[in-house]
Amino acid sequence: MAQHNEEKYFERFDAFSRFLHILVIISFISLAITGMIIKFSGIGVFQFVSNLLGGYEVTGFIHRTAAFVTFIYFFLHIGYLIRKSKTRKKTFIQFFKGDNSLIPNKTDLMELIATMKWFFGKGPRPEYGRWTYWEKFDYWAVFWGVAVIGSSGLLLWFPEFFTHLGVPGSLINVATIIHSDEALLAAGFIFSYHFFNTHFRPDKFPMDTVIFTGKVSLEEMKEDRPREYEQLMKDPEMQKKIGEAPSPALVHAARIFGSVALTLGIILVLLIIYSMIFLYQ
Amino acid sequence: MNPNDLPHAEKLKKVVCANCHDKIAEQYNRSLHGVARAKGVTLAPTCVTCHSEHEILSPKNPKSKTFVMNIPGLCGSCHKEGTQVSKILTSTTTQTSIYENYSESIHGDGLYKRGLTVTAVCTSCHTAHDILPHTNPESTINRNNVSKTCMKCHTQIESVHQKIINGQLWEKQPNKIPVCIECHQPHKVRRVFYEDSLPNEMCMKCHSNKNLTKVENGKTVSLYVDIEHFKNSVHQNNSCVKCHTNVNPQSNPVCKNSGKVDCSICHQAQVEDYKVSIHGQKHFSGDKNAPYCTDCHTSHNVQSKNSQTSPTFSRNVPELCGNCHREGKNIATALDESHKGIVANYKESIHGKGLLQSGLLVTATCVDCHSSHKELPKNDPNSTVNPKNIGKTCAKCHLGVYEAFRKSIHSPEIAKTDKRLPVCNDCHFSHEINRVDLQDFRQSIVQQCGQCHQDVTETYFETFHGKVTKLGNTGAAKCFDCHGSHNILPASDINSTLNRKNIIQTCQKCHPNSNRKFVGYLTHATHHDRAKYPFLFFTYTFMVILLIGTFSFFGLHTLFWFIRLMKDKIKNKNKS
Repeated sequence: MAQHNEEKYFERFDAFSRFLHILVIISFISLAITGMIIKFSGIGVFQFVSNLLGGYEVTGFIHRTAAFVTFIYFFLHIGYLIRKSKTRKKTFIQFFKGDNSLIPNKTDLMELIATMKWFFGKGPRPEYGRWTYWEKFDYWAVFWGVAVIGSSGLLLWFPEFFTHLGVPGSLINVATIIHSDEALLAAGFIFSYHFFNTHFRPDKFPMDTVIFTGKVSLEEMKEDRPREYEQLMKDPEMQKKIGEAPSPALVHAARIFGSVALTLGIILVLLIIYSMIFLYQ
Repeated sequence: MNPNDLPHAEKLKKVVCANCHDKIAEQYNRSLHGVARAKGVTLAPTCVTCHSEHEILSPKNPKSKTFVMNIPGLCGSCHKEGTQVSKILTSTTTQTSIYENYSESIHGDGLYKRGLTVTAVCTSCHTAHDILPHTNPESTINRNNVSKTCMKCHTQIESVHQKIINGQLWEKQPNKIPVCIECHQPHKVRRVFYEDSLPNEMCMKCHSNKNLTKVENGKTVSLYVDIEHFKNSVHQNNSCVKCHTNVNPQSNPVCKNSGKVDCSICHQAQVEDYKVSIHGQKHFSGDKNAPYCTDCHTSHNVQSKNSQTSPTFSRNVPELCGNCHREGKNIATALDESHKGIVANYKESIHGKGLLQSGLLVTATCVDCHSSHKELPKNDPNSTVNPKNIGKTCAKCHLGVYEAFRKSIHSPEIAKTDKRLPVCNDCHFSHEINRVDLQDFRQSIVQQCGQCHQDVTETYFETFHGKVTKLGNTGAAKCFDCHGSHNILPASDINSTLNRKNIIQTCQKCHPNSNRKFVGYLTHATHHDRAKYPFLFFTYTFMVILLIGTFSFFGLHTLFWFIRLMKDKIKNKNKS
């Protein structure tokens, strides 16, 4: 650990993406807490949380504000993709087909199979690249989630407007179910599997701060994503992103923020499980 | 007798008037006069004493001794002051100076001074031949017959006494009313009222003494009367004996054992109500806790209910009833749990706050709902608070509400059902009644409706309105916001707030841009009912499958990953 400072780091996430993820974390946890309060409104602990936050009017306001933030980061990210494809002077198709694309491809399927083999000791750990298949799933889950939860949420937010446009009233009932259960899926998934896959798995425990610092040590990168490391060694353009270790203050702040977010998520998922099993019908 | 038989025997047999006047003779024989004569009292008159021997004249003949003008003199010849007869009689009767008194009485006055032949003379009251002591139940002057006797002439006696004695009592319960002679002294009858015969001052001679007591059932009871209180009471113009009717001039003192005052002499309707009330029932069955008239109205200090100092003034009624019905008092604890805190709850209720905080006199107090004299337990069909009658009771003030309610589906006139229908106090409670626009009522109404409409209440809580209601939100629509409150009707009824014609307007109360499509929102939707809401059921099922599918895949993925990494870790440890 003594040569920690001398070690070289690779910039995995640029500042904009890190900023967006912080927006995602804050808005998602806010949405999840204030949403679950309504979903499990009959359950004492959620009523307690509701009162703690200032009652239904306040949680409703938080929910809508966080929803607004969600739409903001969603479109900021789309803008980011467009800007990136332009700076790289690639068409959208080329951009999507590139090595660093988040579009699932054949390699992902092969890696999924190889991973299964590795799990059962029938093969080595696959040489993952910049994006593993589960990371791609997380990424698209957000796209899917924002689209489904967002659109159904808008219908619930502005029912009079949408029914004026001709949407039948009973679709609001359908939207309620979709909004609520898709949110349950999203919250349940993020607060358990995303947390485990990214932070709690034994080789990362207790958390991976790369999403906040943006930097991953070359050693860790070589271990974790050998295919991308190989790419880095070959590509001088990419090597420009190699730099110093993140400042200890940044790492410290990242650990504090990450701990809070992870703790809130864990508590919420435990409350959901408790409510689902013991109290919800 | 044949005149040819003359001269007749020297000693003729005694004349037997009964040969012809058999009925009169019969009366005479049982009369005081006849009985005394049979005992050999020579002072007692016989037929000839009054009718003479041979010069018997018709009573219509002014020369007859039995002519009406002559009767007092005839009777007086024995009964006037100073005669042997009157001396004998002083030992057996309170009546003295009979002849003198009569001469000065209104009857004697009429006879002598005005020359009226229609006035009452001795025989008018005592009869001519059937003179019986007043103790004899058949006597015309027996207590029970006096009224009848007087009414031979004074037929309008009821209307004349209307202000003093309730008319119906004359016929229904004549035993309740004082008899004529108790106020209008016999023989002394004047056109004056009983104040003069038994003035209040006479009563106060004794009853102004604070130490005056009597012992009743081993208890010392004060007989003190605060005349100042009485003079300010609503009864101030009545004399003592008007209420204390059982005063008997022949007793000493006159009020001895006169018993309890019977207010029904004047307040008959109220006392009739009281008798059937639970208070009356208990009182007459000997329950010492049950109140009598005087417990609420006081005895001598009776005030009008409009008087602010009266215990029966509306503002004082809760305290009055609370004397027994407040928690901790004997009655409150004797009744079941639901009666606890009646007075405390009432004071916090909209009626109590109106009375005590807003200073309203038009608010309901205990007696407005329970009636003032006919209080009955709510399970009594005649009780004003019986479920069958409570609507009408509340309608005394809330008429418009009751009219709307009667047309609603909850009204027994509309809903022909065996099921129990709600009444006012099922939703509004009785003593805890709340303002309907306040939070507590808005939150609790869902529970109230839910007691009968369990299924729709459950589904209500599955929708947005219900969910935020559970979080304590009072603004979200409650049952009555959509269904109406008193005017509640099935949606098929054209007057229902939920009828196709009205529903957009109903939703507009909260959702100003409500429209035809908007009202299609299912406010009691449930995804558990496949038959009723198939599309909700299948949406839900799809979402559950998606959820379970995703969680299962990643659950296993995570589990295997965890095992792999732990195995590797252990291996690495062993190596090092």
